[in-house]
Amino acid sequence: MDEKKIKLEAKNVNFYYDDFHALKGINMQIEQNSVVAFIGPSGCGKSTFLRLFNRMNDLIDGTHLTGECLLDGRDIYDKRVHVDELRKNVGMVFQKPNPFPKTIFENVAYGLRVNGVKDEKYIKQRVEESLQSAALWEEVKDKLKKSAFELSGGQQQRLCIARAMAISPSVLLMDEPASALDPISTAKIEELIHELKKDYTIVIVTHNMQQAARVSDKTGFFLLGELIEYDQTKKIFLNPEKESTQNYITGRFG
Amino acid sequence: MNHLEKEMLALRNEVLDMWALVYSQLEKTKGALLKDNKDLAREVISRERRVNAYELKIDSDCENYIALYSPVAIDLRLVLSLLKINGTLERIGDFAEGISRFVIDTYEKKYDSLIREMRLEEMFDELLEMLEGSRKALESEETKMSGCLFAKDEYVDNLYDQSLQKISEYIKMHSEDALTCIFLAILSRKLERIGDHCNNIVEEIVFYIDAKVLKHAGKHKEV
Repeated sequence: MDEKKIKLEAKNVNFYYDDFHALKGINMQIEQNSVVAFIGPSGCGKSTFLRLFNRMNDLIDGTHLTGECLLDGRDIYDKRVHVDELRKNVGMVFQKPNPFPKTIFENVAYGLRVNGVKDEKYIKQRVEESLQSAALWEEVKDKLKKSAFELSGGQQQRLCIARAMAISPSVLLMDEPASALDPISTAKIEELIHELKKDYTIVIVTHNMQQAARVSDKTGFFLLGELIEYDQTKKIFLNPEKESTQNYITGRFG
Repeated sequence: MNHLEKEMLALRNEVLDMWALVYSQLEKTKGALLKDNKDLAREVISRERRVNAYELKIDSDCENYIALYSPVAIDLRLVLSLLKINGTLERIGDFAEGISRFVIDTYEKKYDSLIREMRLEEMFDELLEMLEGSRKALESEETKMSGCLFAKDEYVDNLYDQSLQKISEYIKMHSEDALTCIFLAILSRKLERIGDHCNNIVEEIVFYIDAKVLKHAGKHKEV
């Protein structure tokens, strides 16, 4: 049988903000070239869990982790792992588009330059490829030297996705990437996610149930720091196993 | 109860009201045929318009519910089930109307004994019990009685087979009544189809409550 490779894995992960137990014994496997959505009410731990995979939580004082977070079978919290190297492999897109105060071109080229790439021809090629992949090339090809702030919110978000992709990561983490966007920009981002899973493993946190249903292969429902249910998205949205999952997705929660 | 739940409850109650109307249509059709009561038959025909109006209203309400609230999980299964049950109830209403038209246009008292031998009263009673049982299943959200309702459909199928036998025997002796006998065979067939429709309704309720698809399960086994 054609078993998909496990790209990301959490093994009995517990995470604490000081004495607050934010994630409780999470176990999860995420297959390569799949899209996984995390859903759950605010404060349930889904964004905390997402950020573990590129060690964004390292920046917060007073946090600690037990258990293992694996990328391609390797513990990303191992002392020998360099965070910069990890983040080259695991890109992140945030809720609000956050382009740098630079030109459109330089935004996408940024990751390559800070990683020491000097070959301008190669940089130009990667910028174009990344903007093409982010479905933004046609809209910006004639104004690459303009400031990124001149773009609309939806275009800025796709620029951030292009920026994340320029350094060729294998995983993209997205923390509510479309929550600040209008429906048309949201549809473009969702279509993009659908396209990108051919080359990337994508994990997306969303508060929009229908977005999770539309874009993901698997969905994980978090509640009070626990992973309540993790299954095929079709199963979760047609017949979830747990009553609390059903109550949440049907809007009866609380 | 939030407003989504209220809307869903209203939709469900609308289907249950239609159910009660279709039940009464079938019950009156039984009375019209077995007591040769043409007034009752006319009442069924005139009330068929109400069944159709229910169908259109429920179709539209289901469509609106899906478009506005994007239901998932048990809510999605309920709307899908109600949509199908709605169409099925309308078909049962059509059959009741068709039988009532037969009572008005064709039926004569002299066929009373044939009808008794065809055991049509028993068929009607079984169907009314199926319709009522399935309504209770939806109302109570309980699928325990589904097996018993499926068994009733099989029983109706047997009664149908036997009724054809009786008609065939009757035609041999009264060839001049062959045309009316064909109409009676069609009528019996309509009752048998109502049984199938009731069966489908029970399957929809099982899909809604237990998330199990029973449709065509029996046929697969036979293959």
